[in-house]
Amino acid sequence: MEEILDNPYLQPIIATLLIIAVFPLVAGYMVLAERKVLADLQVRLGPMRVGPYGFLQPLADAFKLMLKEDIIPAASDKWIFWGAPVLSTFTALTAFSVMPFSDKFYVADVNIGILFILAMSSLGILGLILGGWSSNSKYSLLGALRSAAQMVSYEVPLGFTTVTALMVAETLSMQGIVQSQLDKGVWIAFSNYGLMLVPAVVFFIAAVAETNRAPFDLPEAESEIVAGFHTEYSGFRWALFFLAEYASIFVICGIAVTVFFGGWLRPFANVGFLETPLNVVFPILLFVVIGAGCALGAARVTLAYEKAIMGVLALGMFLVAGLFAIPMINELIIGFFWFLFKVLIFIYVFIWVRGTFPRFRYDQLMQVGWKYLIPISMGGLIVNGIVLLFTS
Amino acid sequence: MATSTTFLDTNELVLNMGPQHPSTHGVLRVILKLDGEKVMGADCVIGYLHRGVEKIAENRTYQQFAPYVDRMDYVAAVSNGLGYCLAVETLGGIEVPERAQCVRVILTELNRIASHLLWLGTHALDIGAMTPVFYCFREREEVLKIFEKYCGARLTTHAFRIGGLQYETYDTFEKDCHAFCDWFEKKVVEYEELLTTNRIWVGRTKGVGILDAEACKAYGVTGPVLRAAGVEWDLRKAQPYCGYEKYDFDIPTCAGGDTYDRYIVRMQEFHQSVRIIRQAVDSLPEGPIKGRVSKVFKPPVGEAYASIEAPKGELGYYVVSDGSTQPFRLRVRPPSFVNLQALDEMCRGCLVADVVAIIGTIDIVLGEVDR
Repeated sequence: MEEILDNPYLQPIIATLLIIAVFPLVAGYMVLAERKVLADLQVRLGPMRVGPYGFLQPLADAFKLMLKEDIIPAASDKWIFWGAPVLSTFTALTAFSVMPFSDKFYVADVNIGILFILAMSSLGILGLILGGWSSNSKYSLLGALRSAAQMVSYEVPLGFTTVTALMVAETLSMQGIVQSQLDKGVWIAFSNYGLMLVPAVVFFIAAVAETNRAPFDLPEAESEIVAGFHTEYSGFRWALFFLAEYASIFVICGIAVTVFFGGWLRPFANVGFLETPLNVVFPILLFVVIGAGCALGAARVTLAYEKAIMGVLALGMFLVAGLFAIPMINELIIGFFWFLFKVLIFIYVFIWVRGTFPRFRYDQLMQVGWKYLIPISMGGLIVNGIVLLFTS
Repeated sequence: MATSTTFLDTNELVLNMGPQHPSTHGVLRVILKLDGEKVMGADCVIGYLHRGVEKIAENRTYQQFAPYVDRMDYVAAVSNGLGYCLAVETLGGIEVPERAQCVRVILTELNRIASHLLWLGTHALDIGAMTPVFYCFREREEVLKIFEKYCGARLTTHAFRIGGLQYETYDTFEKDCHAFCDWFEKKVVEYEELLTTNRIWVGRTKGVGILDAEACKAYGVTGPVLRAAGVEWDLRKAQPYCGYEKYDFDIPTCAGGDTYDRYIVRMQEFHQSVRIIRQAVDSLPEGPIKGRVSKVFKPPVGEAYASIEAPKGELGYYVVSDGSTQPFRLRVRPPSFVNLQALDEMCRGCLVADVVAIIGTIDIVLGEVDR
């Protein structure tokens, strides 16, 4: 027993299993959240039928997708068609392995962490291209070509802005980046006399494009090329692409939070007197409010099982709020809380942007990438480099 | 064999868009010849929704056929009904009472707003803005509620009868119309804030699908597409019907003839329609709602053509009578069908993404194109 507990591989294995087991569910609920937020922006209710307020919708969706007929088009290149979604999902999930969820919970802290994530997200493009190509359909091909061009273009500003941040952090390790922000007492986005805000904003725009989200969702522009590279996919294979897409959204938001916005640090991490209000009172208040919302929901639904689900949710939220009141547990989970909180804010902005803007055209997309984002990110790199040189 | 090898040139890709495609607005099929993503030519294949409406007319009495016209441009059913009634009334020399004419104007303008709202929502959706469509449907709902209260139907209303109206207006009709106008004017401003100055929207629509005045005239294109090219042509002013000469309104025009200008013209038309509705509701006269039409209606031998400014352009009905209870021949001049001809010219040199924007900006309804 002692031997097992002392094994250095124990924690990574548990973390890996947790991520693989939990993330599909998280992705499902991200979809639900997206639909609900969009519905809120669009004066409608969103999914309301499956479970109370549509809370069981993701489970129903997953169940449906697994039961669907497995169709491989006769004209397709079968092995590549089979492998493409696997490749996409594999790379997207692998990127989680260096994600610093908190100072205690992570799979691995390697000294090339950020490079590893960027490499994995680049490889993910291959899945889309192969999927689009092997489908042997014109819409898929157009979608695949678009995604190849787009992702390669937007990886450049993404890389430049990340490099800028790394110059400030002086390390490539994801944990190290957060630690350096703690040492410096300021999030990287606000360091260098606020000059780092420019790369942070460019990073965010490039991140939206990199994950094929609106207004840069050309590879799967529904009104133009039907569903883009995954037009011919259905059932579970399609679900894998979907999973990969949401995983990469989570990953890219995770990078943004880690590299620019302090990772698992709370806001104003070095201001001592904010310790209690931000680390204890805020989470408790947040979960109590959410729990109260669930309780209110329980009172409003009529079916018995829906009441039960909402009730359990409310209790769960109150329980989580209670956990934050216990100092020992608080210390364990507070980093995780802040990381998730920030990531969710970013995901909310992703959805908000999707609900607001029309879609770019292919040539305009390339223009934005090459004419604006790349020069700005290069300028940001040089200016920040010079400022760093003279201040350090 | 020779033709197919030239058509399928090695560098060019033939893309079949539709009839099952999310943004061809129904069952339009467009065959695109692409060079990369650049469109070299577009060929429309229509007829998937052909129901032989004109032939059906020959086997129905004049009154029986009236509901059929609603099924052509089903988002502007009231306008269709008006055009048909006007044509038959001209043929039979029927006088329509003042009050009926005024109510016709109100309902037709409300319908113009509903039709333009559907255009705006789907056009924005095609260009990738997914939110406006829901706002547009919210406002359109209010128009449909007024229709429902007036005649019981929401979409295919059959609101008008030959000689006037079937139903008297309901008690709060005037109040509802005014309330809608006041509320809607604020909402239009909201749409304009969302889209008019949005950089992506302007980038996607400016200079896209240009059709100049000469080309419009050559193709016989009418409606907002023609007005966006700078031609001040509106049948409500050019050859007024239903007493449109009594109302004070402007014809919005633009000069560029591109997708953005057509958007601006239609947005302006919202305001003009609201103006007309307000004036018409305020000046709604008392009196009978239906002229003298015999139960067995037999117009004299002859022919008549009547056209109105439908939301999408000139909607004309040509009716030939042989003196019996049924039309000898009926021909519809649908604006969507005529305007759709220009698609190829507008699409050449554009990108695939522009094709859906252009199909949206022509504002077609396939029920009307195929009839």
